[in-house]
Amino acid sequence: MARDLASEVERLIKSPNAYIKKKAALCAFRIIRRVPDLMEMFLPATRSLLTEKNHGVLITGVTLITEMCENSPDTLNHFKKESGQREIVPNLVRILKNLILAGYSPEHDVSGVSDPFLQVKILRLLRILGKNDAEASEAMNDILAQVATNTETSKNVGNTILYETVLSIMDIKSESSLRVLAVNILGRFLLNNDKNIRYVALNTLLRTVHVDTSAVQRHRTTILECLKDPDVSIRRRAMELSFALINSQNIRAMMKELLSFLERSDAEFKAHCSSAMVLAAEKYAPSSRWHLDTLFQVLLKAGNYLRDDTVSNTIQIVSSAPSERQAYAAMRLWTSLERSATAADATERQPLVQVAAWTIGEYGDMLVSEASNSISMVDDDGVDDFSRPSEEYVIDIYQKLLWSTQLSITTKEYLLLSLAKLSTRFTTQPSQDKIRVIIDTFGSHIHIELQQRGVELSQLYKQYAHLRPALLERMPAMEANVVREDNDEELATNIQTHEQPAHEQDALLDLIIGSEPLSNGDVEHPPQVTANNNSNTNDILDLLSGLDLSSSTPVTVSNNNVSTPPSLLLDGLFSPPAPTSQETVVKALERGGVVVELVVCGGDGNATLTMKARSHHHTTITDFLFQAAVPRTFRLDMMSPSGTVLTPQGEITQVLKITNPSKTPLRLRIRVSYTIDGNPILEQAEVNSFPPDLFN
Amino acid sequence: MQFMLLFSRQGKLRLQKWYVAHPDKLKKKITRELITTVLARKPKMCSFLEWKDVKVVYKRYASLYFCCAMEQEDNELLTLELIHRYVELLDKYFGSVCELDIIFNFEKAYFILDELVLGGELQETSKKNVLKAIAAQDLLQEEETPQGFFEDHGLG
Repeated sequence: MARDLASEVERLIKSPNAYIKKKAALCAFRIIRRVPDLMEMFLPATRSLLTEKNHGVLITGVTLITEMCENSPDTLNHFKKESGQREIVPNLVRILKNLILAGYSPEHDVSGVSDPFLQVKILRLLRILGKNDAEASEAMNDILAQVATNTETSKNVGNTILYETVLSIMDIKSESSLRVLAVNILGRFLLNNDKNIRYVALNTLLRTVHVDTSAVQRHRTTILECLKDPDVSIRRRAMELSFALINSQNIRAMMKELLSFLERSDAEFKAHCSSAMVLAAEKYAPSSRWHLDTLFQVLLKAGNYLRDDTVSNTIQIVSSAPSERQAYAAMRLWTSLERSATAADATERQPLVQVAAWTIGEYGDMLVSEASNSISMVDDDGVDDFSRPSEEYVIDIYQKLLWSTQLSITTKEYLLLSLAKLSTRFTTQPSQDKIRVIIDTFGSHIHIELQQRGVELSQLYKQYAHLRPALLERMPAMEANVVREDNDEELATNIQTHEQPAHEQDALLDLIIGSEPLSNGDVEHPPQVTANNNSNTNDILDLLSGLDLSSSTPVTVSNNNVSTPPSLLLDGLFSPPAPTSQETVVKALERGGVVVELVVCGGDGNATLTMKARSHHHTTITDFLFQAAVPRTFRLDMMSPSGTVLTPQGEITQVLKITNPSKTPLRLRIRVSYTIDGNPILEQAEVNSFPPDLFN
Repeated sequence: MQFMLLFSRQGKLRLQKWYVAHPDKLKKKITRELITTVLARKPKMCSFLEWKDVKVVYKRYASLYFCCAMEQEDNELLTLELIHRYVELLDKYFGSVCELDIIFNFEKAYFILDELVLGGELQETSKKNVLKAIAAQDLLQEEETPQGFFEDHGLG
């Protein structure tokens, strides 16, 4: 319909009747919004609209041109290029000037300002025309200054025009003095009693903060004041602006304000605010102690509204901190944990409990040792509220939390593993016994995940008691995964290379900890989960053989045929793969005496590939590296390999997880590099012989 | 502007004008939710509300709330002026307008709005011109339905 009527509308724009003209112009405005191709047809007609006297026609004409310029850079240039009498910028400036200087005209007057609607529209069009155009900006500098100084500010109308002027000044390439004027106007707005004006000021400052931060910084105190405003709209703007203003100089003061804001704020703000605070703290933290303190405060105040990744991020920061910081973190978190446990509000802040459990589990020995006395726990308010707990008291608190019915399963998993870790950190016999009793009771827990964990951990008290200290050693400091983009391969998506595979013993530790759902791969998952293992005794043997303990006897684990969530790694060890998935072995590469096979099993849009590399050489292969790439519609997660050294009889395994929502047949490109007898070798291959129904 | 709503303090919708195409069901949902959100706000709060992905400007005149959903880049304060201008026009036309005028002469209220705003954009900044156009319309209406026409046919 738009196409059919466009020519008719174009004719009507030229009509001598102003009443029809303005309606036709707006009709054209809607037409080009719907069908931008028709824009050219209206171009000639728009020019005459600006020479009109009638304000109705003028405003609709400006609206039409604005829409055209916004949607097409070509049209924008076309309007700019017009010269002489028809040049658009001077033309608009002239209209605007007439409006300001014209005396009282009752028809268009709104409380002393003549036609604010038209003024605002023109200012907006000038903004679009002056953007990134020095010449046009030059031409409008004067008029903008004139508008900014001459407009009366006692009424809403005046402020409306000032607001639009400020936006224009900030957007075009204006003179610096003009910008100072604009920021000062905003400063005045901010102090205005009218809530609406304050809101507008905050909104505009947020838009200009990237242009001129220092000018906005001057109004920081006022902005922080606005955080306490009863109005949601204003609070939201103030919060966003506050985050934009944080830098390394003012972070301490800003965070203090924001923390108290976080505590008071509504649920809808808490998630956003806390994650922005975590980011800001990471970026500008003046000291690591301050950083930890702030994170703990955020954990405490945001409660359950915290995003999940904050927990793992915080754990990562604690684990890579120097050891006295770790002790400090353990002590700080203990204080909060004890307080939540005794006040019975731990359910409100589960992320805090999780971080606390992890930290105390890892560094619990420092918490109860004499050494903790030497660390100053005096906080900002000069209060030292830390008292060294006895081992048994710590365990009592744990018991209280574990017995609580309201904590989530994830939190309890953290607590249980932490407790097991504490069994090697604490030295006295009564506390050891207590831990053992608690762990044993979880062997019959109603939730399968916790039951499994309980059984596993109590096994560590029986047959494998001699292994326990080594297994429950401290985690190595975590690092964020290195993800490398490899663009020179056409199929390349993300190839994750783990340059330094974890030592076998660490890998096992990782495995146990890895069963906690830590997100974003803060823990590198080891590759022991091989899909073709169908008896759990094999798994355990596999696991333990990595620790050179071939003498150990097989273990029987009670929960054999349970179906458990697939995301948890440890389950793969104890439960056989789901009976529905079939396994196929695909030979991916056989070259130069190295055989790479892929054991494939999959279903429902997911597939697990286990890479097995063997060598027919008589010498050992070193620096073995397996890389794989999939087309973009797939997602590939590579676990770290079991090693980089391939002995003549040995084998390297690596697990690849592929997600493919579209269920199209899998294509895989692989690259294998290794060093044999000192010669580096690189092999590439494409694998297409996967079963076609792999993902079904 | 995306749409304009008029509703009473009791939450009764008095007038609605949509400048974007939505299915009726969605319109009803938006109206219902917006009315509750706006009514819950205290009088001292500011007139702007970021609601879902639209920015809503509202103002209360006596027992009626005037509520506009504006475009992202529109001037908030100007939208307030626009609402005020509409109220002034209603006031001039009806002579100190009240909620009842709008209930019983809703078509006039719509006509006035149509003369002021077309397709979501302001089309006339002069009050006089708007009222002139409305007066002309009224005149036309009277001419088209001659006096006594219905009576003559026994329908009066």
